[in-house]
Order: sequence, then structure tokens, then C-alpha cells
Amino acid sequence: MRELEYPFDSEYLLKKKRSIKKALLSEGEPFTDKKIAVFGGSTTHDVIAMLELFLLNQGIRPQFYESEYGRFWQDAMFPEQELLEFRPDLIYIHTSSRNIRRFPEPGDSPEQTRRLLEQEFDYFRQMWQSVEKKFGCPVIQNNFELPGFRLMGNKDASDPGGRGYFITSLNQMFYGYAQSHDNFYVQDILYLSASYGLERWSDPFYWHMYKYALCVPAIPELAFNLSNMIKSLFGKNKKALALDLDNTLWGGVVGDDGPEGLQMGPETSMGQAYGEFQSYLKDLRKLGILLNVNSKNDMENALAGLNHPDCLLKPEDFIVIQANWENKDRNIQEIARVLNILPESIVFVDDNPAEREIVRSQVPDVAVPEMGQVEHYIKMIDRSGFFEVTAFSGDDRKRNEMYRDNAKRASLEAGFADYGEYLMSLEMKAVIKGFEPVLYDRITQLTNKSNQFNLTTMRCTQAEIARMAEDNGFIDLYGRLGDKFGDNGVVSVVIGEHQEDTLHIRLWLMSCRVLKRGMEQAMMDVLARRCRKRKISRILGYYYPTAKNSMVKNFYQEMGFEKLREDDQGNTVWQLSSLEQYQNKNLYIEVAE
Amino acid sequence: MTREEVYEKLNGIFQEVFDDDSIEVCDSTTSADIEEWDSLEHINLVVAVEQEFGFKFDMGQVVSMKDVGEMVDIILDEVG
Repeated sequence: MRELEYPFDSEYLLKKKRSIKKALLSEGEPFTDKKIAVFGGSTTHDVIAMLELFLLNQGIRPQFYESEYGRFWQDAMFPEQELLEFRPDLIYIHTSSRNIRRFPEPGDSPEQTRRLLEQEFDYFRQMWQSVEKKFGCPVIQNNFELPGFRLMGNKDASDPGGRGYFITSLNQMFYGYAQSHDNFYVQDILYLSASYGLERWSDPFYWHMYKYALCVPAIPELAFNLSNMIKSLFGKNKKALALDLDNTLWGGVVGDDGPEGLQMGPETSMGQAYGEFQSYLKDLRKLGILLNVNSKNDMENALAGLNHPDCLLKPEDFIVIQANWENKDRNIQEIARVLNILPESIVFVDDNPAEREIVRSQVPDVAVPEMGQVEHYIKMIDRSGFFEVTAFSGDDRKRNEMYRDNAKRASLEAGFADYGEYLMSLEMKAVIKGFEPVLYDRITQLTNKSNQFNLTTMRCTQAEIARMAEDNGFIDLYGRLGDKFGDNGVVSVVIGEHQEDTLHIRLWLMSCRVLKRGMEQAMMDVLARRCRKRKISRILGYYYPTAKNSMVKNFYQEMGFEKLREDDQGNTVWQLSSLEQYQNKNLYIEVAE
Repeated sequence: MTREEVYEKLNGIFQEVFDDDSIEVCDSTTSADIEEWDSLEHINLVVAVEQEFGFKFDMGQVVSMKDVGEMVDIILDEVG
């Protein structure tokens, strides 16, 4: 819904929240249901109302638990039955500088302040540890905004007795905790409040009247920012950019002005602004965001522009370059097809409102930010939160290389008479093993973002993955695939639950970038071997259809299972018996177990 | 601005905030008359009125308001 995209009209959202919610729910999107507990040190009523709107807009339908006013600590330390039974998928702890119990006083020594800091920090740390033990779900805790007044003026920031000093030091301790704890994330309201304007953000009117720690008109900003973290944690981040060229990456039209007539680089103000935007995109690429071109241009001209010495982005920085005279919505779909991702994972960036409109109307799932003037391009992408980083894995860093390797494989494929011969030539090597702690976060990430090759679409938190890995009642496997072009990282996850003589496959997923490589057969072989070792006599597989996983509808049939039943929703159950006669299926991959 | 004009705008705000087109408020309307008008929703009403009429209530005004009539008095005072 356009009203919920950045930049939104906060007053409008607050006023119309009821009708907007109705409209979102009636769109009938397939929602992911999530349970969110909000522990507040101040009023959280409208924080929850706004968060709900933004999450619904991201395809997440939240159910909330809200702590009684100001009872965040008690709920975290001594949860009551209602909360325990609620079993949250995520906890948000919303505290503010108003919740700091004791501040230092002017004249306090560094040692006194250090002790006080530790006391305050301990108060929070105890709470986080309790939450981790009792709920084992991701926790988002916001840091502290700066104080509303400065008793000592400027010295308040640097003196051990100053509130400003105390708050920034406490924030540092929060960051230290976040760096050493998975599943714990800091929401940066220090930045949000600064960007919004601290004076308005901390308007005491709202505290004294309603016990809100921030002004009500700023609540949508807080909630939008939070919704971006949540959608990222649940695997709904965007993955790729489709970028226009003329007047988007550089000033001018390369076909008319020639590469030498383009505005980019340090000579002019306009050129600098385009250069800064390019440099921002290049940094996004380092985060694993896939860059692509979607431009109405002859390929030759597009490449001439990109090869301009002042162009920071080079042709090799892009995975797919669509430079032609097709409509841009068609080109976006082509980019999605080549990358093997869904259009909803793509952000389309174009200075031309008419092009944006056609993409919006033809491929409504694509995100299309309203790009204004070049000097604001970065802000527009940045504040939209498309690529919010919660976990950053080694695979993210290497993603661009992996996709490019895929493109190389695709060109090699064309030169072989027979597909098997091609697969042999890839010299594939796989590691297929039980879950290992260092991989928990990558495995969790995969369970939350794989949609297409995913039989049951079971989403897991890191704590659940760890629990199943350590529970002997489960057989869990991850698969990692490499070949002569490079390492694809962890690409497949299988979890089976062992009950009596049967293994129930609760989860089977694979990353689409290794489709048709024989990896699923290799995983099946290892699974069958593990089952035989445990004297399991049959395996049951389940397929639950979603809007996105029809490609694996007949997966178990292909693996030699027989269909046992199908209900009217299309859910199917499959059986593989006589495991002792199981024949290995993998022909092309060298597997280490 | 006349009292009638203020009421016309105010009815629109109440209808939007409580998502109910049938709401008509008058001088004697209080939170007891509208089911969803509790202290937490009151803040949304205040913010919406501030935005519509282009001024900010101070704390003293908000705590002393007893009914819609008094809200209209304040609005007329502020915007003339």
C-alpha cells in the first residue's frame, strides 16, 4: 500500500489506522503469522497499532502480547502463565532514557560513574538473559535517545557526572552485548530521534499526558523502522536492485550526449551527487545486494557509459544488464527469471515517474521508491529500509560472486551435448552433515527466506534450530555445494523427526541457485543412509502448497516416494518404504559426510 | 471561523479517527458517548485536531477539557 511506503504521512496513518488496517486485511494476501511480545517502559498502545500496519504491509500478520504499562522488567524476569503460553516468535523491548533508574551527579568520579553504569547495565542484562532462557526467540531492544536537557551544558556529554555521557556509555555497553549474542538486536533510536529532531521527539507533553516516551507523531517512524528489522529477521528483505542508467546513475542521456557528455565524477556538483549515489550502490553490493541494469538504451551505449573512467560502477559489478527497448516491466521479469528470485525481492530505481508507474502497475510486487532529486537518492533508498541488515553472514558477502558464477555456468551449459556431461564437467563437491553451531545462523536464514524449493515452509528461529540439532530425536542435515567455479555455501537443509520406525520429514528446502544440479539426490542418499543406520523402516514426506512452492509439488514422487493421501487443500503425504533396497540416486557430486 | 464551521471539520475528524461515518458530535458530547474513545485514543484525536486546525494544545488545555464544547471553545480561541 502506497500510504505505508517511505516517505509516509504520519498524521494520516495515525488518524486513519482503523480503516487502513481493514483495507490491508481485506487484500487477502497470504500472510505469515507471527507472535510478537512488546515489553514497554512507557505507553506502547500506538506503537503496536502502527507496527501492525507496517507489518501487514510486509505480508506479516502479527498477534501481539503487550505488557502492562511500565512492566517490561517484571514480564521479562517473571513471566506469567499468559505470556508463557503466548510463546512469542519475537520480543521487542521498548525502553527509553525515562527508564534509567539512576543517573550520576555532577562531581561524581569516573569510578562512581563506572559502578553506576554497571548497575544499570546489569538491570538490563539480567532481563535479556532471562528472556533468552525462557523464550529463546529473537529480541529487539532499542538503545537510548539523548536526554531532553543538559544540566552542565556542553560538558554533560563528556563529564563522568553528565547524563549525556552516561547514556552514550550505556549504549556502548548495549552494543557490546549485541556483538557477543546472536538473536539480540539493537534498534537505533539514538539515530532515529536525531534524524527526526530530538526536541520534537522528546516533547515532554506526551510523557506527562500519556506516558509516551516519544511524541505521538513520531511513532510511525519508530514503528516503520522496527518493522524493517522484523521483516529482515523473518527473511523478507529485498535482494536485488534494478537500476535505470540515464539520469539515475549519471546525469544526461548517454545515447544523445555521448559518454563524454555525461555528468558524473568530481568535476561538477551534479557529477559529484551522481558519484556519491554510485558509491553508495557499490557499498550495497558488498552487503550482498545484487545490482542489475534496467535501461532503455542500446547495449553498446549502456556499456560505453559504464566504462567511462569516472563511472564507479563497472559492467562487472552487475549480474544482469538489460539494456534494450523493451518495456521496463518485461525487463524486470527477465531479471527475476535469470537470477531465479521473485519480483517481490527486487527494488526498481528510476528517475522517470512514467517508467515507475508502468512497473508498479504491471509487476505490483516490485518495490518502486519515489526517486526525487539526485541529491536525495541515497536517503530515499536508505530510509526505505529495503536491505535492513540483521544478520550478516559470509554467504551474504559472497553472494554477488555466486550469482556471477551461476551466469558463467549458464553459458557453459550451452556447449554440451548432454546435460549429464555438463554436470560432470562442473566437478561438484558437496559436504552433507548434521547441523553445526557455526552454521546455525545461515541455516536459520535459509528456513526463513526460502520460498520456492521448500516443501513445508516451516520457519525456524535460531533457538529452534539449535534445539533440534541437539535433540537425538531428529535427523538434521545441511548441504554445502561447491564446484570448479566457486563455492555456493550452504544451500540445502533437511530436518526429519524420528518416531518409532518412521522418519517424518518436517523440512526440506534448497536454494534455487543450485536447481537441477543433482544436490537434492545427494541429500536424499545421505538421508536414506542415516535412516538405515537407525533402523528406520520408512520415511514420510509432506508437501504443503503455498503461493510460491508449486515447483516441488511432485518432488517426493521424483524421489521415488508413493502418494498416501491428499486433502482438499492440496496437502499431500508421501511414503518411501523398503529402505533396505534404496538405490543411490546421486551420479555427479562427490560427497563428504 | 464560526462554531458551525469548526463542528463541520470536527465531525470529519471524529468519523475518521473512530472509522464511523455516523458520528455527529455536539457541545455536550463526552468520551462516554463514543465507545472506542478511551484515554489512549484521546491522544490520536488531539493530534488529528492539532493537524487540522494548525495549532498545538498545551497540557493545561488538554487536562481541563470536559466535553467537545470546551474543545471547540479552545479551537476558536486559538484559530480565531
